[in-house]
Amino acid sequence: MSTAGRFLATDKIPDLLKRLGTQYHVYAPVQASDTTVLFQEFNEEAQLALEREATLSPKEVFFPQTERLLTYTYQKDAEDPKKSSIQIEETLEASPTVIFGTRPCDVRGLAIFDMVFNQGQWVDPYYRARREATTIVTILCTEPENTCFCTSVDGGPADTQGSDVLLTPVTGGYFAEAVTEKGDGILQDDAFVPGDDKAQEAREARDKVALERELDLARTPQTILKLFSTDFWEQVTAKCISCGACTYVCPTCYCFNITDEDAGLGGERIRTWDSCMFYHYTLEASGHNPRPTKAERYRNRVGHKFSYHPSTYEGTFGCTGCGRCIKVCPVSLDIRQILREAQVHE
Amino acid sequence: MSNSDNPFLPVMATVTKVIDETPTIKSFQVILNDQGQMKSFHFQPGQVAQMSIFGVGESTFVINSPPTRMDYLQFSVMRAGEVTDRIHQLKEGDPVGVRGPLGNWFPYEEMRGKDIYFIGGGIGMAPLRTLLLFMLDKRKDYGDITLLYGARSPEDLCYKEELNEWEARDDMELILTVDREFPTWDKRVGLVPNVLKELAPAPKGKIAITCGPPIMIRFTLEALAELGYQDEQVITTLERRMKCGIGLCGRCNIGTKYVCTDGPVFTLTQLKQLPPEL
Repeated sequence: MSTAGRFLATDKIPDLLKRLGTQYHVYAPVQASDTTVLFQEFNEEAQLALEREATLSPKEVFFPQTERLLTYTYQKDAEDPKKSSIQIEETLEASPTVIFGTRPCDVRGLAIFDMVFNQGQWVDPYYRARREATTIVTILCTEPENTCFCTSVDGGPADTQGSDVLLTPVTGGYFAEAVTEKGDGILQDDAFVPGDDKAQEAREARDKVALERELDLARTPQTILKLFSTDFWEQVTAKCISCGACTYVCPTCYCFNITDEDAGLGGERIRTWDSCMFYHYTLEASGHNPRPTKAERYRNRVGHKFSYHPSTYEGTFGCTGCGRCIKVCPVSLDIRQILREAQVHE
Repeated sequence: MSNSDNPFLPVMATVTKVIDETPTIKSFQVILNDQGQMKSFHFQPGQVAQMSIFGVGESTFVINSPPTRMDYLQFSVMRAGEVTDRIHQLKEGDPVGVRGPLGNWFPYEEMRGKDIYFIGGGIGMAPLRTLLLFMLDKRKDYGDITLLYGARSPEDLCYKEELNEWEARDDMELILTVDREFPTWDKRVGLVPNVLKELAPAPKGKIAITCGPPIMIRFTLEALAELGYQDEQVITTLERRMKCGIGLCGRCNIGTKYVCTDGPVFTLTQLKQLPPEL
């Protein structure tokens, strides 16, 4: 932490976001309907919802559901109308952004994204540009929900990994600490006042935060491989309807599709979210499909998050324990329960 | 390969020649529009590239001209889906996008001094062609070179002109087979794995490289095991539906490995370490 703690009063937050809005795109959790909280660009009418986990993580800020990768334009040769050429143009856009009010698990989701999209031989320039342009203000979780299991996947309600500022709820507002230099810049705003008198309360709040580790997943990566060719997957996915909702709300799911959309004398190449839970995701032109049933597809999803990702990235699970997949599943599949059942076979 | 670091951006290229190989397969020779880019396009035998038809999409193909012959890049395309259907409509002079090279390659350095036994079926000849031509261009580096190539019928054999050339060469052996008798056919008849068992090439000092339809690969691997080939003597290539080609979009994984970046070339030893999800 580079500076001493500051205090941010709850009633100063709208003004803070408004001021930040003059320099940044500011995303914050906003009550989008009676039952949904979404990270939306903040405006004065927006009703902030900082008390609970948002319905979706702010993944979309970095990895939009739909984004343009390039545009292409056909050009006829003036000398020879039968000949045409194509001009392509990169459409990489990123502008300074602040995300206010994320939770540690969602930021951990970005750290997991970074491993795949922002390092190694191939880097995704669209993701990287947005990631580098963004400052993240995270709120520590004092009251985990009953679907939360971040501690089981090596995260925690007070985890600062990937955050630039950490806010700890205290009486009347938040005790704010910079985690990075970028975060220190945010704390220079007048909304933050000296917070020494709140430091003790913040420390106590943090000490009190506890989410018991309900799963010990140390052997899970091997167990999944051991179960690979068994009927375990058919059994646990019997009620799955392959709707893909779990992948849609997941802060670490990054599968995507690329399609072209023609419009007049040109068009756009577009990237959209895809889902490994869909039959067509792996269907080949020959008709062959290496993951033809929901059992293989679910095996891949669980395998990827709890075996392949940790095997590739030094033990880091591809799951943040945010619990959204448990909340949205229409047939009440609970990933924790499946991992527990897998442990029986260890 | 492009002016940008953006791996999603294709470079523009032009089709310079279209060859009708079989009723469903055409080969396309392309050159990159920018001469500098063409000169600096370095790839290894077995690597793939994405061909872009703007407005339709991209598909992945092996570059089946060898890096020792850089007058053009050749792709052989079987008409099977939306993108390949549109590729088949390409004519000389038409623009296409090329994104690559991508993926790994045949471990040709480790094959030096060995006898090389190619076993191909149908369009599976494409990656073998790259390596075969590469080795013929560096003939002294390798021992005996044999190609066993089969297709359903005589007209389904690719690279017919080259097959004649290869047959005439005295520094390699060519064995052709088709699945059943045809009036015009005076060469071998039989499925590739069966012919392989009849020929029974001794494993000593050999590397077997096989590519073809999944069912042919399966029985070829069994035949090679029967003939006494060790896993590390056997090399094959895998295919998967791909989009990004750079290990990000997720769909081509087999366990921890991505066919687009860790493959498409795998030794049988490596293949057996993957979870069985082919």
